[in-house]
Amino acid sequence: MSLTLSADDRAQLTGERGPAAQMAMRIIARMAEICGADMLMDITGAHIDSALFQGDATLEFAERLADLGAKVVVPTTLNVSGVDEHGWREWATPPEWAGKARRQMVAYQSMGAIPTWTCAPYQTEWKPKFGQQIAWGESNAICFANSVIGARTERYPDLMDICAAITGRVPATGLHLTENRAGQVLMRLVDVPRRAQEDDEFYPVLGHLIGKIAQDRIPVVDGLEIVPAEDQLKALCAAAAASGAAALIHIVGVTPEALTIDSAFQERSPRQTVAITMDGLRAARRELTTATGEELDLVVLGSPHFSLAEFKKLAPLLEGRRRHRDVQFLVTSSRLMAELADQAGCLEPLKQFGGKVTVDTCILTTPMLRPEIKTLMTNSAKYAYYSPGLLNAQVVFGSLEDCVRSAIAGRVVRDESLWRE
Amino acid sequence: MARVIKGRALVGAEAEAEALVADEPLSFWGGYDQRTGEIIDRRHPLSGQIAAGRVLALPASRGSSTTTAVLLEAVKLDKAPAAIVTVAVDYFFSLASIVAGEMYGKPIPIVAVAPEDFPTLRTGQRIRVCPDGALIVRTDAVV
Repeated sequence: MSLTLSADDRAQLTGERGPAAQMAMRIIARMAEICGADMLMDITGAHIDSALFQGDATLEFAERLADLGAKVVVPTTLNVSGVDEHGWREWATPPEWAGKARRQMVAYQSMGAIPTWTCAPYQTEWKPKFGQQIAWGESNAICFANSVIGARTERYPDLMDICAAITGRVPATGLHLTENRAGQVLMRLVDVPRRAQEDDEFYPVLGHLIGKIAQDRIPVVDGLEIVPAEDQLKALCAAAAASGAAALIHIVGVTPEALTIDSAFQERSPRQTVAITMDGLRAARRELTTATGEELDLVVLGSPHFSLAEFKKLAPLLEGRRRHRDVQFLVTSSRLMAELADQAGCLEPLKQFGGKVTVDTCILTTPMLRPEIKTLMTNSAKYAYYSPGLLNAQVVFGSLEDCVRSAIAGRVVRDESLWRE
Repeated sequence: MARVIKGRALVGAEAEAEALVADEPLSFWGGYDQRTGEIIDRRHPLSGQIAAGRVLALPASRGSSTTTAVLLEAVKLDKAPAAIVTVAVDYFFSLASIVAGEMYGKPIPIVAVAPEDFPTLRTGQRIRVCPDGALIVRTDAVV
């Protein structure tokens, strides 16, 4: 099987659409050959993870494309950047970093991408539709778009997402094609009480476990007795995309391609069946915590970016209370959600509590935290998963309520009642 | 003594170095320090090892989309692995290498090997990676 390009693809490759499209098409065509695609296909939307400043090379790549006159040809949203453009001075972000990260933001905006600056683009008005062919970067967003919405994207790496947006084309392969979206491993919840399933803390833990077991296979989760809320599914997808390579998770009776077990497996049989038990979940929850003591420097919420619904849940927990003076309290979100939360009256209680909001970015993608911050607590499995490596910090995983109570107490406090044997 | 493993060159280039092998996938974002080449995923079996300049063999990449960007930065800083060997056809490593070729003229070899060949690789073996994807493994040089 060899790659056949359309007339338009060839025109891009020979430079008829300008040098930026030529470079982007050269990269897309080589990737198509690597993954064994026999043709390229159109996309009608893109989400770009590449705008995240990672160092001089990512900046040079962005500015090379921008200098060559690159323009996106499909509606394109932007993932988190490397700096809170207007708020970085309140934190430890070095000015040199902020300057370069901002240049990278400018480069991508100059290509015509929409400055959403969020890792939860599926909670904006640019949310894709069922069946829509898209090229998305950002592991949690890829998993949510495929699983919860039923849009179709491969796991696009940084630097390829923008090439897809510039050319409007991707290799016709992987999760873009129906036959590759069938479930492969059945994960059956066994004796997991409904009370646990209704709890927000359950979903990041379940996601962490699913990702670990599935690795790069497509899991089908059966046995949920309730239909989880959007933010619960968001937490599950983000966790599974961190602990594994999950890009598509079918949940029977919940996600759109899994009305039944048979439809999730496209009438095929599972290659493997795994039981998800409370013992397995308890072990997964334990793995998300690396700290051993009770000391705490920072409580951080919002990976993926906090939604309006999450702000609304948080605000009453903070009302009339104040954080311990030794524990910082931070929510990471998008400009849009922070604005909506402000209009809904949710930011005032956060401010009175002594908390802060950072937008555009997150603690993992910008050097905003001082090195004195050694132990952090979060309700996000993604923050819990990546903080030890990226921030050289210890981490405690807990529920939203645990996080607030710990911030007030000045030490780690966790309610174990859901998890007791 | 040497034996040849016939791999598929996802990105063809030449390298020769000592192997660093793990049977667990790795996300470079949060897992690889681009400034030092150290593996920093504290849950990974290679945590603390320096992969810069070595033939890094992993089943695949994992997790974050930013793995590509981290590998590109590592190439620019001369702290990338000399080559990467995987079982899966790994988009992320391949793309980083292609872009490293576009930007800096320095693609690193990315080779996919058969699932039955991968478990024969051992840390410490000296491996020569050929542009056609063949791996020449010096079996007498195990340390």
